[in-house]
Amino acid sequence: MSSRIEILNDGGFRSDGRRQYELREMTFDMAEQAGADGSASVAHGLTQVRVSVFGPREAKMRSQTIHDRANINVEVGIAPFSTGDRRKRSKGDKRILEFASTIKSTFEPVIQTALYPRSQIDIFVHVLQQDGGVLQACINATTLALANAGVPLLDFVCAVTGGVHAAAPMLDLTTLEENDLPHVTVAVMPRTGRVTLVSMETRLHVDRFEEILRLAGQAGGVIHKEMRAVVRERTKGLVDAMGAGVRTSDFAEDAMVADS
Amino acid sequence: MVEITIRKRQREDAVITQRKFFKKTARGKVIKVIRERYLRDDVVCGIEGCRECSHTTDTLLPRNGSPDHKSFPNGHYVLPDTNVFLAQMDLMESSLFTSPIILLQTVLEEVRHRSLPLYNRLKALVNMDDKRTWIFYNEFRSETAVVREEGETPNDRNDRGIRKGTAWYNSHISLTRPTIRGQPPPTLPTVVLLTDDVANRQKAEKEGIPSLSVRKYVEGMPNNSQLLDLLSAESDTIEPTVAAGGRGPLYPEYLSSGTLTAGIKAGELHQGHFNANTFNYLEGSVAVPAFTKKVLLVGRENMNRAVDGDIVVVEVFPEKDWKAPADEVVDQEVTLRNDDAEDSEEEADNDEVIAEERKALRSEEAARRAAERQPTGRVVGIIKRNWRAYVCHIDSSSLTSSNTTSISQQTVFATPVSRLLPRIRMRTRQAPTLIGQKILVTIDKWDVHSRYPEGHFVRALGKAESKEAEQESLLLEFDVPYRPFGKAILDCLPPEGDQWVVPPKSELGPAWRDREDLRHLNICSIDPPNCQDIDDALHATRLPNGNIEAGVHIADVSHFVLPDNPMDSEAASRGTTVYLVDKRIDMLPALLGTNLCSLRPFVERLAFSVIWELSPEAEIVNVRFTKSVIASKFAFEYTEAQRRIDDAKQTDDLTESIRLLNTMAKKLRAGRMAAGALNLASPEVKIHLDSSESSDPIDVEQKALVETNSLVEEFMLLANISVAQKIQDAFPQTAVLRRHLPPPPTNFEKLQDILKKRRGLSLDVSSSGALAASLDKCLDPGEPAFNTLVRIMATRCMLSAEYFCSGSVSKDTFGHYGLASPIYTHFTSPIRRYADVLAHRQLAAAIAHVPLHASLHSKAHVERVLGGVNRRHRMAQMAGRASVEFYVGLALQGRVARAAQTHAGRVTQEAFVIRTFRNGLNVFVSKLGIEGLVMFKRETQFDADDYTLTIPSADGGAGATIAVFDKVVVSIDVEKDRNTQRGKVKMALVSPVDSVGL
Ligand SMILES: [Zn+2]
Repeated sequence: MSSRIEILNDGGFRSDGRRQYELREMTFDMAEQAGADGSASVAHGLTQVRVSVFGPREAKMRSQTIHDRANINVEVGIAPFSTGDRRKRSKGDKRILEFASTIKSTFEPVIQTALYPRSQIDIFVHVLQQDGGVLQACINATTLALANAGVPLLDFVCAVTGGVHAAAPMLDLTTLEENDLPHVTVAVMPRTGRVTLVSMETRLHVDRFEEILRLAGQAGGVIHKEMRAVVRERTKGLVDAMGAGVRTSDFAEDAMVADS
Repeated sequence: MVEITIRKRQREDAVITQRKFFKKTARGKVIKVIRERYLRDDVVCGIEGCRECSHTTDTLLPRNGSPDHKSFPNGHYVLPDTNVFLAQMDLMESSLFTSPIILLQTVLEEVRHRSLPLYNRLKALVNMDDKRTWIFYNEFRSETAVVREEGETPNDRNDRGIRKGTAWYNSHISLTRPTIRGQPPPTLPTVVLLTDDVANRQKAEKEGIPSLSVRKYVEGMPNNSQLLDLLSAESDTIEPTVAAGGRGPLYPEYLSSGTLTAGIKAGELHQGHFNANTFNYLEGSVAVPAFTKKVLLVGRENMNRAVDGDIVVVEVFPEKDWKAPADEVVDQEVTLRNDDAEDSEEEADNDEVIAEERKALRSEEAARRAAERQPTGRVVGIIKRNWRAYVCHIDSSSLTSSNTTSISQQTVFATPVSRLLPRIRMRTRQAPTLIGQKILVTIDKWDVHSRYPEGHFVRALGKAESKEAEQESLLLEFDVPYRPFGKAILDCLPPEGDQWVVPPKSELGPAWRDREDLRHLNICSIDPPNCQDIDDALHATRLPNGNIEAGVHIADVSHFVLPDNPMDSEAASRGTTVYLVDKRIDMLPALLGTNLCSLRPFVERLAFSVIWELSPEAEIVNVRFTKSVIASKFAFEYTEAQRRIDDAKQTDDLTESIRLLNTMAKKLRAGRMAAGALNLASPEVKIHLDSSESSDPIDVEQKALVETNSLVEEFMLLANISVAQKIQDAFPQTAVLRRHLPPPPTNFEKLQDILKKRRGLSLDVSSSGALAASLDKCLDPGEPAFNTLVRIMATRCMLSAEYFCSGSVSKDTFGHYGLASPIYTHFTSPIRRYADVLAHRQLAAAIAHVPLHASLHSKAHVERVLGGVNRRHRMAQMAGRASVEFYVGLALQGRVARAAQTHAGRVTQEAFVIRTFRNGLNVFVSKLGIEGLVMFKRETQFDADDYTLTIPSADGGAGATIAVFDKVVVSIDVEKDRNTQRGKVKMALVSPVDSVGL
């Protein structure tokens, strides 16, 4: 049946009514999560993830302590009801471990770990619902949760998936599209335009790859704008609550994101 | 730089934009699927000059619709529902149907779900130049999107969506053209909902939406009489009334689709393709996985309205009722000659017909051989109809009035050209003028009350037996696309046209990039006479180390045919060039096929070369692949090349080169044969055409083969195998390969039995090598043709080769049985086969000449394309064969006429018996490559177990016994069937007994 759904029809519409370069509705929620130092819920279309950050705090285990910087620990949990087939994945599942290590290596160069030697930052990622772009949602949520926790970052990390249908590139894929198209998840640091992650499970033509990379960089900027607006809103709220609504303009970014 | 935006969704939209459902996978697992939909306001209406919508294309609907309908003087557009396209595609496609069409996304998608062939026709219709069609994506526009309500069926939801779309259009038109003060109110065109669903029309009326039935609509059109003929019987409910009144149904009803699915799952019912029997119209069979032998369906009732090619579900009878297939020839034209189309439902006629058919199915069951019993059963349901347009003749005896000026509607029989199809009943006003013409008829439905399927007339092809009509009907019958190439396709050709030449050598020019200069090599081509599309050329030289360098150079088609442009898509959909006796239907425009990509002599051409270093024993030492530029030194015909090789005085480089190739080819061939390759035979004959102008065949003869035929063949096989290995290594998931599955041993049972009983020979079918060896031993010292005959019959027991995507099947099924090669592909004829074009692209990527196009990384895409190519390939072969048959028929007619003139008497030929029936013989005339039936009306003695038939002599004395493999002499005559105008080859036995009058 799914083979009878057109990925991109002659009118230029995708199966969910979007055009090639339209991103799905995205929501960023930075409400507190009990006990966590920072948390964020992110949705891209129907894909929903929640990330909680603990730390920086004292490393619990000696073996994981690094003497000159903080250790980053990422754990991923995928809710069984989040996928179509209700498969239960254990924590030791190879795919999940790989997923966690992808997130970790994406953020390692971004978090200013040197500021917190011998400590630990725990990132818990919960995938609540999946409809494509899970990695992109996890990365964007992690960025916000870290910001929320006050962990100093060199820059935001904004991720987006891109794929190619015949010769037509498209952004922010749904599960239906991911199943059918060669695709790639790209994470960029919008300020410098640096790419911190390219994750590809399918083959992609090299010419197309360049195009997708360029588009993803541009899309990262769009997502960044959205995220920044939410962070500002949140910070403004906090500041207002503390009764010191003086400097609100660039406070949010300056406080959490050091100049690069 | 493109604009990237975020699609916001309104909170209140959530209910209608999100969907959650469960679906079952092929493995029976239930999975949850979530989807969402973004509604928008920028989906455009497609009407010229609309002030609300910003259109980006210029192929829009006219601002005031079409004024050509008497009910809508202010202009109108039609908005057909799904069933209109499913049932009335011929009408919609007709060039006479010119009304502007609004095609809703809901309709388009529903057609796609219901029938892919109709969907493809619909897409073609949208792109037709003389049609004005606009696709409105109603499901994505916020005002027109609908969501299925509680308790609503998907059908009702779609109907509601279609009504909503119609209503929106009408209000959109009036909102965007308001009355301007001081001016008269503008006249507004109407959007009319076309639907044959009465309930839908009633609802539309209630909602104030203009709607009409298709018939009503067409009646208001200017050229309605021609268009009304195109209406499918589906929309008339007039026909079955007679039957329904008189008597109970003739056929059992089908089971519901739920029951069918459950039955198949439980193993109680079986699904497969229905194959009609060429010799006996009252018998068909269905191959199903659960039984090694096909399930036999005996009689009309058990075949239950299945038509050749349908996917049906059968119920198998208990084993005690199993039977051997009939051993009698039953011709529907003879048995049913008295059936009347107009009132075939009347009791009297019916009884006669039934009695006649009973007699045909007469209880010779006792005589049916126990050994050959196979499962029997009946059709209980249809999964998919594979109905299409069939080439037919009108049966003149079914006309009630043959007055040519009569335009009264008559019900007549259309007899399909193919013997596998039942007659079709249809109504037409043009019957008298259609007599003697080839016409195209589609089947619309087959009711339980109607003995025959009902259909409608599509169009006339021309006078029967005129070459134009026969040619076109052949192309239609085998679904060969034969439209001339359109402008968009021709625009993909090099702008220089036939002035194009290989540019002067330079490292920088794109044509020379990574290309080897092989112009100095002694390359030549060897082809049949008058070959215009030369896609291969060869060379060979001795190397200093004693080894031999041999090269195969194939036209570099992928240099000109770039992926995913209109020319590429057209070639993919054509799949192959089709060769008829007097016409070639090209896969690629002639400029490429017969010029730029034809490796003509004395000009430079781009090529893709496979170059081996072979040991003197023809073992591959090394192989490399490279794009190249070559200059062929000569274009040989097979016989000419053979003469050069044989003439010891010729010692020039070119002759030495082909001599060396010939030596190597012999060794390659010996090696292949030792590995167990089969040497199969299929009857191939050559038609001599008088001259290219008249194209009257003057004679037929068997094709002669010379050594050089196999020289070329061996090197092509070697190239294909080498390329197959290379692309499979490079792209294990999506390599385009070709395989030939080993035939199931049961396919050979009958042939083995005949060989054993008639000749005491055995056939070892355990492997292709064993089969090859035992075929070699099937010899008759007195009859050299016997071996060929056995080979032909063995070939018919095999499966056909097919293209496949390497990632889609398990690796141990890659092998090519006939060639005894573990891997194979097609690389050597990219001008005329699309699979070769794909192989070229993959090979070019494998040697890093160009990166592989994204589509060739997609397994789904490769599978889809190859599925289409396989089908086209089969059809092309059948079309080619049918074309030869037609010309053999014409040639025979000529011979018969000449024989009559010169008083030489009858045309006689030697023939071999390949099958015996209770009332006839199936014979093969090897000299003409045709098969024919010799029928006996007189009682004969038939021994089914021994495959013999004893025929009394004309004077009643002791006759002769004839068995399978016997050589007989037949007289051949061509006579025109009085009713169908179909030229029919009639054969009669001359020796051992003269069967005239028998
Ligand atoms: Zn409009």
